[in-house]
Amino acid sequence: MWIQYRNNLILLTDFHDSFLTAWHLVAAADARLFGVVLLSLQVSLSATIIACLVGMPIGALLAVGRFPGRRLLVVLFNGLMGLPPVVVGLMVYLLLSRAGPLGTFGLLFSPAAMVIAQAVLVTPIVAALTRQTVADAWTEFSEQLRSLGASRTRAAATLLWDGRFSLTTAALAGFGRAIAEVGAVMIVGGNIDGVTRVMTTTIALETSKGDLPLALGLGLVLIAVVLAVNAAAYQLRQWAQRHWG
Amino acid sequence: MNASPMNAGVKSAWLSLDSLSLHSAGTHIVDAATLSFTAQRTVVLGPNGAGKSTLLRLIHGLLRPTSGNLIWPRPLTQAMVFQRPVMLRTTALENIIYGLRLQGHNATECRTRALAALEKVGLTPIANRPARLLSGGEQQRVALARAWAREPQLLILDEPTASLDPASTREVERIIGEIAAAGTHLLMTTHNLGQARRMAEQIVFIDHGRIVEQTPVEQFFNTPQTEAAQRFLKEEIP
Repeated sequence: MWIQYRNNLILLTDFHDSFLTAWHLVAAADARLFGVVLLSLQVSLSATIIACLVGMPIGALLAVGRFPGRRLLVVLFNGLMGLPPVVVGLMVYLLLSRAGPLGTFGLLFSPAAMVIAQAVLVTPIVAALTRQTVADAWTEFSEQLRSLGASRTRAAATLLWDGRFSLTTAALAGFGRAIAEVGAVMIVGGNIDGVTRVMTTTIALETSKGDLPLALGLGLVLIAVVLAVNAAAYQLRQWAQRHWG
Repeated sequence: MNASPMNAGVKSAWLSLDSLSLHSAGTHIVDAATLSFTAQRTVVLGPNGAGKSTLLRLIHGLLRPTSGNLIWPRPLTQAMVFQRPVMLRTTALENIIYGLRLQGHNATECRTRALAALEKVGLTPIANRPARLLSGGEQQRVALARAWAREPQLLILDEPTASLDPASTREVERIIGEIAAAGTHLLMTTHNLGQARRMAEQIVFIDHGRIVEQTPVEQFFNTPQTEAAQRFLKEEIP
């Protein structure tokens, strides 16, 4: 049976072969594939760490703080969770391009640019989910912490620490979004072979070129990475629940 | 024990309420409460929803009155223990240290004072156990130690034994008694009338947000002055 894909006729049995080849690529830790996976992890982990450092304090302060415009900011951050990656990519592209305000740093089409784009994309997600978690804790802790004389800022910091295990969910949601998106890294990274090519952009490119084995291999790795990270976080939360209550 | 002026002959008020009110959505949760606290140990009694907890929170500063004033002849440092102990996800010891850090003590002093407080509530052996995994009674004792370590001049307790078994209740009462014996003013609510008899010098009875009567403990239980208090005692004593 033949199917048509991008003006190429592909034998459906190719899919079977593709899977096999893909599996061999993964099993053999193919250097090309390995480099792409490593860069993906580096970029998305860096972006997630930055997003947590920025987004978690913002989320906690939105949960316990009392300042004008708080409600507006809550709505804004919730809304920004749905930012389209291509739009973020475009904005960061404009900022980093030669003529842009940050053009002098020459970051465009570098991994650094990809980290920036993903951090921008993911920070609202981390902030909004952190706000929800901390707000729930605040209903339990509010009177006790105020009774002990904790300022709002101190209370926010305390609840971030106290919720450190449940907040892995917020970090994970951010990481999941970062590692899975294509649009932003494609635009600001440029998908340059060996420099800014990550799993998602490679999958998109190789699929359109018709190199299904590599695309599929990367797809498998991508799914495996996301599952493994989630499983580890789940184990951590279970342990924390038993150990700290 | 230091002989404070409060304990001598004629007692002066350590706190006066001047028509203190809290309104919410058109109802008076606390309605023009005017009274002077003179006894070192005062227990606030009243039916559910009478406004006891709210009154305590107004005095502690957790709630802001709609109108009226709190008059402190001299400001007292306060600590409050709630019905349900709230513990951070760390050890019992660290929970007490946290409360001391917020008072601005240095690390060494925090540790020393926290350990001393744990010993006073009899929980030295569980100092390094995760606080949230302790039993309800143990958690409440940690909460008392956290309050005690801060050496408050006024300790406010909102139904501190409401969810505890008899043994834990006895232990908590012992600890509260010891704190009071050191000269700390006590202001508490309870639904346990035996406890009120044991702990109080003076009873403040409130109903529907209004102060109905304020009488010495013996007098309150033997010859309550108001009909509302008589009804309350008749219904509550088995």
